[in-house]
Amino acid sequence: MSGRFKDSAHLIRVAAVFLLGAVVFVALRAAVIPKSFGQFGPYRGKALLEMQARPVKFAGHDVCEGCHPDVAETKAKGVHAHVNCETCHGAQAKHADDPATVKPVLPEVAKLCVRCHSENIAKPNGFPQVNAAEHSGGQDCKTCHQPHSPGFGSGGKK
Amino acid sequence: MNLTRRQVLLLLPAAAAAWEFVKAGTPDQAPNYNMDEHWWGMLLDITKCIGCGSCVRACATENDVPDGYFRTWVEQYHREDWHIEAPVVSSPDGGKNGFPPGKVAGGKNFFVPKMCNHCVDSPCTQVCPVGATYHTADGVVLVDYEYCLGCRYCIQACPYGCRFFHPTKHTADKCTLCYHRISKGLTTACCENCPTGARQLADLKNPKDPIHEFLKTHTVQVLKPHLATGSKMFYNGLDGSVR
Amino acid sequence: MEGFMYPNEVELQWSVLIVLYPFLTGLVAGAFILASLERVFRVEEVKPTYRLALLTALAFLIVAPMPLQLHLGHPERSLEMYLTPHRASAMAMFGFVYMWYLMAVLLLEIWLDYRRDIVLMAQASTGAKRLLYKLLSLGSDNISEGALRVDDRAGWIITLIGIPSAFMLHGYVGFIFGSVKANPWWSTPLMPVVFLFSAMVSGIALVLLMYMVTSLLRRAPIDMRCLDTIAKYLFYTFVIDFTMEMLDLIHRIYEADESFRSLDFMVHTRLFLSQIVLQIFVGTLAPLALLALTQLMKFPEIVRKRMYAVAATLTIIGIFAMRWNVVIGGQLFSKSFLGYTTYKLEFITREGLLPAIVLMILPFFILYVLIKVLPPWHGENTGATPAETD
Repeated sequence: MSGRFKDSAHLIRVAAVFLLGAVVFVALRAAVIPKSFGQFGPYRGKALLEMQARPVKFAGHDVCEGCHPDVAETKAKGVHAHVNCETCHGAQAKHADDPATVKPVLPEVAKLCVRCHSENIAKPNGFPQVNAAEHSGGQDCKTCHQPHSPGFGSGGKK
Repeated sequence: MNLTRRQVLLLLPAAAAAWEFVKAGTPDQAPNYNMDEHWWGMLLDITKCIGCGSCVRACATENDVPDGYFRTWVEQYHREDWHIEAPVVSSPDGGKNGFPPGKVAGGKNFFVPKMCNHCVDSPCTQVCPVGATYHTADGVVLVDYEYCLGCRYCIQACPYGCRFFHPTKHTADKCTLCYHRISKGLTTACCENCPTGARQLADLKNPKDPIHEFLKTHTVQVLKPHLATGSKMFYNGLDGSVR
Repeated sequence: MEGFMYPNEVELQWSVLIVLYPFLTGLVAGAFILASLERVFRVEEVKPTYRLALLTALAFLIVAPMPLQLHLGHPERSLEMYLTPHRASAMAMFGFVYMWYLMAVLLLEIWLDYRRDIVLMAQASTGAKRLLYKLLSLGSDNISEGALRVDDRAGWIITLIGIPSAFMLHGYVGFIFGSVKANPWWSTPLMPVVFLFSAMVSGIALVLLMYMVTSLLRRAPIDMRCLDTIAKYLFYTFVIDFTMEMLDLIHRIYEADESFRSLDFMVHTRLFLSQIVLQIFVGTLAPLALLALTQLMKFPEIVRKRMYAVAATLTIIGIFAMRWNVVIGGQLFSKSFLGYTTYKLEFITREGLLPAIVLMILPFFILYVLIKVLPPWHGENTGATPAETD
């Protein structure tokens, strides 16, 4: 019996090596796995919180209208009522945070209007679209249209 | 309940320890935001999309999306008559600067905005080997940029092509449904900047959300329904030729 | 780019390194299964290649994770797969299959088979070499009849467990691709089966070639009975592999689902060289024909050797082409089925052709070192008598 055990002793050494490996593995897990892992699910909980905490770049039209009610009123009466301010004026959260120092820069009107209103076969029927060159003969859109209320049915003409 | 002083002395430290435990488990979230009260989706109305690309530009600005990669994009479709399996599709630079005037007249022409579908049974989270991409309790699929190995298995597994490999972060990246905005009560950058209301964020758990009425009165589809991903991006007026 | 692709699809995600990885693990599985033919199924004709096959498997298994590390965006985070594995992910679970196979099967089996030689070499050497062998023996020097019987029994059990483990090793790689429902080129239940059989084919072919090359270098005679048997198993396995691949192809052509037209076009254009020419004609039909001839007709020894060598070489090229066609092919077409892109293989970049070539050659250098430390053949410092190691 002891002979048999002696002849298998080297296998016990192998088992010991594996056991050591297992212990190292468990210790490593405890040390290295991020503490917030598993907080909300099988992922690093802090990642979700970090994602929520990112700063915003677009203030949102509610914020714009808070300081610019006159524009809001003009816009609400016209066909651009549902076009939000930052769609044309760009991201303005920085401006909303510090209106005195950070001033918005208006992008080129011609390029801006054309992006939505140049004619394209795939645009929905009834959506106002023009061939810019033919329509204005090269003149700037603002020559005839007031961007905040560009339609002509309700006194948008300059 | 009548407690002896001895019992209180024993209970207090136990209660304190329990409270610390509860606090550790409670998310230190954006104030007033409880994940369990929301279930996010979006309505994409094909009948309203004008292919202006404002959403693509807004997303790129809000989320610092690198050039040439897209968290959202717009496709222009042309279906010739009854040839529903062979549409002609284009998406120049993802539609970021709109589309050139369409040359192919006739047939049916329309725009389709695309983005991450924030699937309930997303194949992307299924294949991630380490839990770097995950579902939040409010139905948003996110990527953990500090944990992702960059193996790109999730990019292969997404049927919609909405994921990409970020060129400088060297991790997977995709639309986050502007989680940093919606958890603060704002809408997503793409919805905020869509001039025609073709994109509208929807909170499916909110009974007052207009989407519920919309879903009752309109015909809606999701992309690749045969893959049963549980997509929460609902399309109104999606043509059968859309892939 | 041709036609329409989703904007994020134009750039390929998985490069030639990801082609290399199933190729290398396939060679491992195949070499091991050939070795286990002798151990478990008592096909003693192939005994001369037993140890060589095991060492070959080990050399390739050591290199196998390297292309993956080079490919990862953050290789320094790769340990996460073992620390927080996502159990639903085939890739995560594969990490454990790999670890299990390396530690519990391959290393243990090699150790048990070589243990006597290791102890004898420890006793017969001095200095650093002695220390190395002492370490390898784990400090035990019991090589009595009883101990060797224990080793033999344990080795038999390990090999028995090892066969399904080898099947898992490469079947899992096939599943990593086969389970992606988003990709119709990959998504089929046949994928693990095809990967496994093509792995066996490539592994057997590699051992055949290694046996011929090492015999040539050692100026030792080739045991033709052994070589003929290996070629026979190569042929049978190849027939099964070819049948599986044809089944997949015929099924696709017949059902012609929405992806078919796009995939068919891709195969006839972008994949023409790698699939039709390299994989099917050069890599499958030609070696199958050569092997079939040797099975049906009697050729003199020298002719047979040449036929086997050519067949085995073409086979290995063909199986590499198969991995290429699966991995790269699966990314050349759009998931909209409306367009195609191209794979720009560069030379000296992290995921370029040069690292791929280096990684393909590296296992042979490792094998050389392994052969020096653990000689598979008698008469080379083993201190054992020829009769005992044959």
